[in-house]
Parts: sequence; C-alpha cells; structure tokens
Amino acid sequence: MAERILTVDNLKIDIPVPAGMLHAVQGVSFKVDRGETLCIVGESGCGKSLTSLAIMDLLPGKAIRTATTLELDNENVLDITEDKMADIRGNRMGMIFQEPMTSLNPAYTIGNQMEETLIRHRKASREEARDRAVFLLEKVGITAARSRLRQYPHQLSGGLRQRVMIAMTLMCGPDLIIADEPTTALDVTIQAQILLLLAELQKEFNMGLILITHDLGVVARVADRVAVMYAGQIVEQGSAKQVFENPTHPYTQGLLECIPIPGKTARGSHLGSIPGIVPSLIGEMNCCHFAERCSYASNHCHSAVVDLRPGFTNAHDYRCVMSPEQCADNLKQKVPA
Amino acid sequence: MANGTIAKKLPSADQILEPSPFQLMMRRVLGHAGMTFGGGVLILIFAAALFAPILSPHDPYTQDLTKRFLDPVWGATGSWEHPLGTDKFGRDYLSRMMFGARTSLLIGFSAMLISGILGTALGVAAGYFGGRVDIVITFIITTRLAMPVILVALVVVALIGSSLTIVIWVLGLLIWDRFAVVMRAATQQARNMDYVAAAKALGCSTFRIVLTEIMPNVANALIVVATLEVAHAIFLEASLSFLGLGVQPPTPSWGLMVSEGKGMMFFKAWVIAIPGTALFMLMLCINLLGDGIRDVTAPENRN
Amino acid sequence: MSNVIIQATDVTKTFMISGGFFQGKRPLHAVNGVDLTVNQGDVVALVGESGCGKTTLARMILGLEPLTSGSVEVDSKPLSGQNRLDVAKLLQPIFQDPYSSLNPRKSIGSIITLPLKVQGDQNPDTWRRRAEEMMELVGLPRRVFQNYPSQLSGGQRQRVAIARALINRPRVVICDEPTSALDVSVQSQILNLLQDLRSELNLTYVIISHNLAVVEHIATKVAVMYLGRIVEEADTETLFTKPQHPYTEALLSSVLTPDPNLDVPDTHLGAAYPNPVEPPSGCTFHPRCAKVMDHCSTRSPKAIPTSEGSVECHLYDKAQGAAA
Repeated sequence: MAERILTVDNLKIDIPVPAGMLHAVQGVSFKVDRGETLCIVGESGCGKSLTSLAIMDLLPGKAIRTATTLELDNENVLDITEDKMADIRGNRMGMIFQEPMTSLNPAYTIGNQMEETLIRHRKASREEARDRAVFLLEKVGITAARSRLRQYPHQLSGGLRQRVMIAMTLMCGPDLIIADEPTTALDVTIQAQILLLLAELQKEFNMGLILITHDLGVVARVADRVAVMYAGQIVEQGSAKQVFENPTHPYTQGLLECIPIPGKTARGSHLGSIPGIVPSLIGEMNCCHFAERCSYASNHCHSAVVDLRPGFTNAHDYRCVMSPEQCADNLKQKVPA
Repeated sequence: MANGTIAKKLPSADQILEPSPFQLMMRRVLGHAGMTFGGGVLILIFAAALFAPILSPHDPYTQDLTKRFLDPVWGATGSWEHPLGTDKFGRDYLSRMMFGARTSLLIGFSAMLISGILGTALGVAAGYFGGRVDIVITFIITTRLAMPVILVALVVVALIGSSLTIVIWVLGLLIWDRFAVVMRAATQQARNMDYVAAAKALGCSTFRIVLTEIMPNVANALIVVATLEVAHAIFLEASLSFLGLGVQPPTPSWGLMVSEGKGMMFFKAWVIAIPGTALFMLMLCINLLGDGIRDVTAPENRN
Repeated sequence: MSNVIIQATDVTKTFMISGGFFQGKRPLHAVNGVDLTVNQGDVVALVGESGCGKTTLARMILGLEPLTSGSVEVDSKPLSGQNRLDVAKLLQPIFQDPYSSLNPRKSIGSIITLPLKVQGDQNPDTWRRRAEEMMELVGLPRRVFQNYPSQLSGGQRQRVAIARALINRPRVVICDEPTSALDVSVQSQILNLLQDLRSELNLTYVIISHNLAVVEHIATKVAVMYLGRIVEEADTETLFTKPQHPYTEALLSSVLTPDPNLDVPDTHLGAAYPNPVEPPSGCTFHPRCAKVMDHCSTRSPKAIPTSEGSVECHLYDKAQGAAA
C-alpha cells in the first residue's frame, strides 16, 4: 500500500456574495498517495480551481473554508496558524499556475527567485541554493542552466517559463504538487513536453500530483485517478481506466461525447452536447445538481439530494440515482456499436 | 435558507438571465455613499444657482453703506434679514453667494465643454489612428503640459482684458490635456478589441466605428474626467478672480468674494470663510461624484 | 469542378519591430510568401503554433491588415481595389473570444442588425424580423434581442457573433479559433452549429485552430504553417493518415486523445519555438527536426507538389527529382 500524502474529507467553500451565499464547493473528498496523479476535471465554474487553492489555504479573503479532514502526510493542516502554513507552502506543497508570467516576479532574476525559496524554508546557504537551482533547471531540460539563473522571466518563452516554474516548485523537494491548468496557455507541442516532464519528475521524486484541467485528453494520458467535478461536487471518481472506459455518470458520458476523437468520431458528424447551462450555486440546492441538464432526470432527481455511491468496480464512485447497469445501457444506446 | 428542507427546483437557463447593465448600475449608484452625498449636495447647489433670481432674498448688486459688514445670523449683529451677513458695500452675502454659484458653475461647465470637445477629439484621434497622428498629438499634449496654466491665463487675461467669456475661453483652451491623455489611453485599449475588427470587417466607416464602437466604451472615463475638469475650472476661475484677473466686479464670484474679503480676514473671518467653505464643498462633492461614477460605470463584469 | 473563391498569391506581411532602446527597427516576417487557394464549399484549416502567422494571414484575407507584398483575390477580383462594403458581403470573420468580439455597450439586437444598417439595407422595418430569423437559425432565444452581451453565457455570445457574421449571407466565413475560449460542452454545440450552417447556407470556411482533433473533425483541407510559411498542405484524410513534413508528424503526435491506455507522447521537438525576428537559416524548422540532414541548415526547401497538395521539406527533394 502506497503512502498517503493528502487526505481531503468533506471540503466545503462558501463565498458570501451580494445575492446570498455562493456554495462554490460542496463536500469534496479525495485522497492522493505518493507517486500518484489525481486529475480534477470539470468545466469553468465547477469549483476545481477553488478546491486546489483551498488545499494551499490561498483562497480569496471572503471565502470560508470548512472540512472534516485536511491532512498532509497524516498531519492536520486545517486549523494551523498562517505562519505554520507559510512554512508548508512552497516547502512541502508546491503549486504551478496556468500563466507562469503572473506567478514569477518580473523584477527578480529566476535564479534569485529559485534560491530564495530554499534559503527561506531550509536555511540553506546561497551556494547550496544555487547548486540545487542549477541541478533542477537541468532536470527540467533547460540548457546552460547556470547562465539562465541571471535571466529575468520576460526573457524566456512561455514553455521555458513553465519549466522554470516547475523547477522552482521542486526546490524544497515537496511531497505534493498542485498544478492548475499548467499547459492551457501553451502550444500543443509544448504541452506534451511539459506533461511528460511533470510525469517523469513525479515518479522520480515520488511526489503526489494533483492536476487540474478541463482537457479530457490530458486527463486520460496523465491521470492515475480522476475526479470529475460538476457544480461544486465530485460527480464521478475512479481510476483513469474506470472513468474513461466505463463512464457512469451522465455528465461524464456527455463530456466524452462532446469532444471529437480522431479515428473514432466520424468526420463531420454531429458531436454530442450537453444542453442548458451550469446552475447557479447561490443558496441551498436540494437536488441532483445535474438534473436540469440530464436527459434521464426524473422527478426524484429534482427533489432529493444524490450521494456518491459505488459503481461497477471497486474504488469507482459516482453520484446518480440510476444503477451502474442502467447507466452503461444508456451509453450503449447512445452509441450504436 | 429557512426553507432549506423544501426542495428548490433549479432555475432553468431561461430564468437566470442576469439583470441588465442599467439595473446593475442603479443598484450600485444607490449603494455608493460618497456618490449619493456628493450628488445630493451638488443638486442643492445647482438648484440654488438656477433659481437664484427667485430664491435670493436681495438683489446681489444693491449697495447699502449703512449696513456694511453685518454679521451672519449667528454673529453679534446678525439678523434673518441677511442670513449670511453683508459685505463691505452692504450687499446681501447670501444673494451674492447664490449668484456667485451661477458664475462658478457657468464657467466650470462651459470651460469643461470646450476643453472636453477639444481634448476628446485629439485624444481619440491619437489613440485610434496611432502612428504619425499619435506622434504629432502627443507632442501637442506635451507642449501644453509644459505650460503653467495660471501663468499663461494671467498673461492672456492681462493682454486682452478680462470678462466672463474670455475667462471661459482661456480656461477651456488650457485644460484639455487630461481629456486628451485619458481618451488617448482608453481609445488605444478599445481599438484593439475584436468588436472593432468585426465592425471593420463589416465595412463600417471610420466615423461610425469611432462614434458607435469606440465612444460608448470610453464614455465612462470621459464622464469621470469631465466632472474633475469642472472642479478644476472652477478652482482656476476662483484663483484668477482672487488675483483680480478673473471675473470683474461687481459680478459676484466666490473667488472674487474671497479676494474682496481678504482685508477683513482677521476681523470678520466669516467674510472669507463662507465662500471658501462653499468652494471647498463644491470641489469635494464634484470629486466624490466623479469617483462614484468611475466606480459605478466600471465594466459590467467587475463585481 | 469546384470554383476558386479565395486565391492568395505570394502573400507577405512584414512588421517592423523595435529591437530595444539603442537598436534600430528589425523586420519580422509574420507571413513570408504564402500561396493559398480556397475553393467554394471547402473547409480549410490553418494550423500551427502561436506566432506562426496564421492569424495575420487571416486578417490579410479579411482586408483588416494591408499586405506587404503579394495579392489576395476574392471571387476572382483583387481584394485591394474593392470597396470595403463589397468585400464585407463576401467575407465575414468569427473571432476567438466572444467576450471581446461583442461591444458591451450595444444590445444584441443592434449588434446583429448592424451589418444590415452598414450595407444601407432598404427595408429597416424588416431588420428586426430578419435578425430574429437569424437568431433562430443559430439557436438563440428571441427574447435576448433586447439584452446586452454581459447578460449572456459564452456559448450564447459566440452564437451572437455567428449571427452577426451570417446575416448578410456571406460566402466565406473566417473563424479564428472559434471554440477555444469555450467550455468542452459548449464547444461541441458551436462546432455542430457551424457544420449545420455550412450545409444550410452553402458556406466556405477558413478555420484557424490549434486543436487538431477539432480540425480533423471539421476541415476538408489542412494547411500547416510554421514561421510564416505553409510547410504542408493536403486534404484532411491524407494529412492525418500520411503526414509528410516532420513538423506535421510532430504536431499530430502531440494530439492527446482521451485514451487512458496511452501515455503522453514524446514529440521530439527539442528546442523551443524560434524567435521569428531571427529565424534559423535554411529550413526554418531544422533546429527542431528529428530527420534533419546536413544541407537543411543552409538551403531553404521549395514547395514540392504532392498528389493532394504540397510539402516544403528537403526529404522529398529526391522524389521530385525522380518525377522531373
């Protein structure tokens, strides 16, 4: 059994807005082991980015975070002081954002910024820090690393910046990395390189990795486990194989039909679509969140809360009143074999 | 949340149309304390100026040397006959304040209009066309910024004499710089939006694009600058009048009243305190209103 | 068989970029001698990484950007001599970001009827009816006529942009990343809509996209661009099954299909995208090419006609020699 690195249980995020209380994340639970990649996938506004910020305790000021459990390496990080959290952040948990330009400080050289993390968290000397920075820059595939240390972020291309960002996150040898859409701002060719790099480094340093994305292609290729989020809840959770080969929740099924797959989707044919729009999360909602857009919804779906329940196989949960068999049948009928 | 147990049907796509920009704006206007206060006081000052001939208790020009320097009602020699007292010629101070407000507001708004048209035209042209046009206009703006407004106004007024019209034109032709700078920046931003490219691709004329695509999107910045420039012009008029080169006596003007009262400053402080306070309040309220408009008309997606 | 609707010949666009405080301006060849033929009824996709010049090329075809040299003919008439209004009737754009392509200060109704107004349409009383017909066609509810863009979702906004582009029944629509700013479920709706409109209104599309899965799904012909040149051009079937240029191969291998049994591919595109101000010598792709040969860094390849299009690569020099 692999070593558990992160446990999140019943995480809720509420944001007071003029119109009431916005329940952005409503009881999300998941676990990440060392060396495991969890992908959180969902469309804009589903709460996936807020979830990642909540783990880092970086939520915007007004947001209220509650959870039953939030443990990093079996150590409670839910109610600790801001000082203690600041020691953990960037040290044992690292975060990679979508746009590296906004997370790198344009006024300092990348060497300075990389060394600073190690000096602050590990009381390392400047020389030790510099050696580690060079080692990691080479690790992320940057040539002439020692001279790169003197460059400023704007002198690097987008792909290089993201590599620097990854190297910087690795400076203190974190246990967990959270990457929020790390490749969305990059070209497809660079995207593949960055993902490959992340996966390699994760195995090499035996870290937990949470990858937040909306791109199902990325998820399928990178993830060990997948959590599909919709309107603040996880609607399906399982291994990548389980979720992509036996999608059970109608939303997951719908999402997979929306993207053209070269070689599978007939060229020029109609793609699947999910009618309607994401519900407002302001106020209480005592129903299946997907009911309004679901073609199988019954009256029951509109009037009762639906809980996660086990699917066909072990460790594959989904949030729907229909049985796994019924869901599988629905899928078969939609796609004439 | 009290009826949490009662099932709430999700709103369908049809129902969650958000309120229109106008509705959103009204909500924000009423929720903005500074703007409500500034706007409210400004309306009072406007009303007093507009209806001065009806509301004022006395003629602002009638002199009565037997009643010189009467205190306001709260002073020793005060009475309700002259609520704010009288000046050195025995003219009713309240009436002069009300007519003075007319002068101030007239100059403020006229100068703002002149400078606004000039500055906006230059700024939008520089921002929209860019290139050489921008270089030339930026040079004109820089030249203008290098000239000290008060000194230039003093020279012009000293050379060609002083009247209400001349003060308005001098100020109007001097204070367009902020319009030009702000409009240039706002236009540069709007010019690169895809909706401008879409309008070009539809074959719209440049005139139509500037008028219907650019202007509505730079209007909020324009309104903010306009309010601030009204305050600026009023302030400059008061300064000029104080120096004796603005509005000429006996026309009432707040700046002139401060100037006329400065000899009595240590004996009858209210003589300059009243127009001074009025100027301060007017400036404050216009600025509050300007800030409020900026907050309220901010792009719709900011919340 | 099919008649040519857009013919771009040796199109070049050079921007002068200031190189810094003490340096003079340097030329950036955003588009460097491109030939492109679009036939009536085609869906031509321009693909490539950011900075390859695909958006600049599209803007030149639309007449939004003057050409440095070369010519674009639309419907057999040169673009440069034509009245903007006449071009607008033939060609219309759809932009990537529906949040910036609609004027936030105008109502949906006035946005959709603007093309009628600009063209000086004779019957103003029919405008509203025609706009509503168009809205129905693109799947917008009629009641949003009075609304403002900020009140609509991203997908609805993109539908408004499509309605505006199509109300004067143009023959060619140039779509710059029409779905990449949208969520997955909305993206499929817009793609379906574009497909339907194409057959219904007999449209020709030029689609710019970096999403090759989308391109494969919707395009009939693909042109791959690299550093201002079209390096390979072929019909979709051929290009996706038998890519010839090493860059096309790399691009195709970087497509991530949602298959959990596969890993992230290695594209072997080592170095980063080159700085377009200082393009590499010879074949501009040679520093990243997996099949690079000695003379690639010294000689620029010429376009070599293939059965379905053309390819610009020294690998196929010999084949040409044999054919000649």
